[in-house]
Amino acid sequence: MNARSEGPSRFWRPVAAFGVLVLAWQAAASIGLFSPKVFPTPAQCVAGLVEVVRDGRLFSYTVASLFRVTVGWYIAVLLAVPLGIVLGGRAALQETINPLLQFLRPISPLAWIPLAMIWFGIGDPPAVFLIFLASFFPLVVATMGAVAGIKPLYVRAARNMGLQGSRLVLRVVLPATLPSIIVILRISVGIAWLVVVAAEMIAVKSGLGFLIIDARNALRLDLVVVGMVVIGLIGIVLDRAIRRLEQLPSLGWSLARQR
Amino acid sequence: MHDSADVPKIRVERVTKSFEERRRKSRHPLAVSDRGEVVTILDDVSLDVREGELVMLVGHSGCGKSTLLNVIAGFERPTSGRVLIDGVEVAGPDPRRMFVFQENSLFPWLTVAENVALGLESAGPGERATVPELLQLVGLSGFGDYYPHQISGGMGRLAELARALAMNPDILFMDEPFAALDFMTRCLMREEVLNLMALLGKTVLFITHDLDEAVQLGDRIVILSDRPARIQQVFEIPDPHPRDVSAGELGRIRRRAYQEMGVNPVL
Repeated sequence: MNARSEGPSRFWRPVAAFGVLVLAWQAAASIGLFSPKVFPTPAQCVAGLVEVVRDGRLFSYTVASLFRVTVGWYIAVLLAVPLGIVLGGRAALQETINPLLQFLRPISPLAWIPLAMIWFGIGDPPAVFLIFLASFFPLVVATMGAVAGIKPLYVRAARNMGLQGSRLVLRVVLPATLPSIIVILRISVGIAWLVVVAAEMIAVKSGLGFLIIDARNALRLDLVVVGMVVIGLIGIVLDRAIRRLEQLPSLGWSLARQR
Repeated sequence: MHDSADVPKIRVERVTKSFEERRRKSRHPLAVSDRGEVVTILDDVSLDVREGELVMLVGHSGCGKSTLLNVIAGFERPTSGRVLIDGVEVAGPDPRRMFVFQENSLFPWLTVAENVALGLESAGPGERATVPELLQLVGLSGFGDYYPHQISGGMGRLAELARALAMNPDILFMDEPFAALDFMTRCLMREEVLNLMALLGKTVLFITHDLDEAVQLGDRIVILSDRPARIQQVFEIPDPHPRDVSAGELGRIRRRAYQEMGVNPVL
């Protein structure tokens, strides 16, 4: 593993990379490398950003998108993690269910949009359903794998100590798989965030995905880019938020083992 | 209730363990048969262990001594024969009989004290020690708040012993518990085990491939043959501790044990 640099440069170097990207964008626009009709300039985007902040759309759309992601993803976590633990501990059940999961998993959640709209109408429910689907399958499969991959020694020690049922799950299975589960939480929240934008382009009249599609219809490319930038920034924040979980002291062992 | 005088603590009765090697149809062109081969690991092993006895099981690597211990502890079923503990046939692992593993099996997400506390929590009703008492017993006072990856290998073994003792077991199964430690630490561990056993009087089945360790610790040494494992030789060691393993009668037993294992004791 590469040595990590310490101190303020760790924060400022990525910021500088963003800065260079924006400067290059502005320079390309200034020398007329592309027409503002096909790609807006940074100045247009800043103006567009100020506009959507002022009229309150940015805030309400961000809240709308985050709400859908939160609800859909939480439902997925609450169902998928326990299901993964149950399946992971029972080889026969896992052999039965796993092919079904593997079959459903590669179907893009977007392919469910027609069904979702017929079942749930328009508004939040179909979007939440799509986010749920997008997060659910990777969560189940990864949790199952993590449980099946617990060091057999820990299972034996636990059995020897007479741990079983909910105590076995809470004291051994869950903590043993937590490092892997946190990784899949990170990945699945990323997937959920990808999907919410797509879902909002179709079935709803609010949200950052709707901002983009609505701006396109009005030929406001500056707002399209503002939407993209905000989506990217929120994606970073979500990832960071989950990464904080990795710093729990009882997870130090999994990092120590990698060293 | 059985009379403890005539019922041994552990009775291994003609235990055989074999399994069919489940190989898929071999792709090798010269393979004659695609049927699995029956591998016998334990062959008609019988052994009685008295209450409070420390029996050392010795054998070459891969001879089946771990399998024997796993069968006695109830983690594996014998193919034929049976194991009786206190006159009752063993059906599975039991918290009254704790296994101390070759590798570190402390739960790494719990501190040393939490590991021991989990043992105490899981123990049945009855008089219980406290976590500080157990840590003191194994000499780990002050290390309770460390996580297993933060302490040394030797301390890890002691912590695991403390967790096992927290269950207040009658029997301890120890599968080469000190094999991964360096020589000096291993010698210190032997001393710990002797002191603990003198204090607690548990029945202990202890696997090692270190003959000096066997002669040093054991009330009895059982030497297993190579696979399939049979009992090849048994040495009773009535000598009290402390023992000088190279002198007198003990030295003689040690030399004979070396010869049984096919190793020259004097180089």
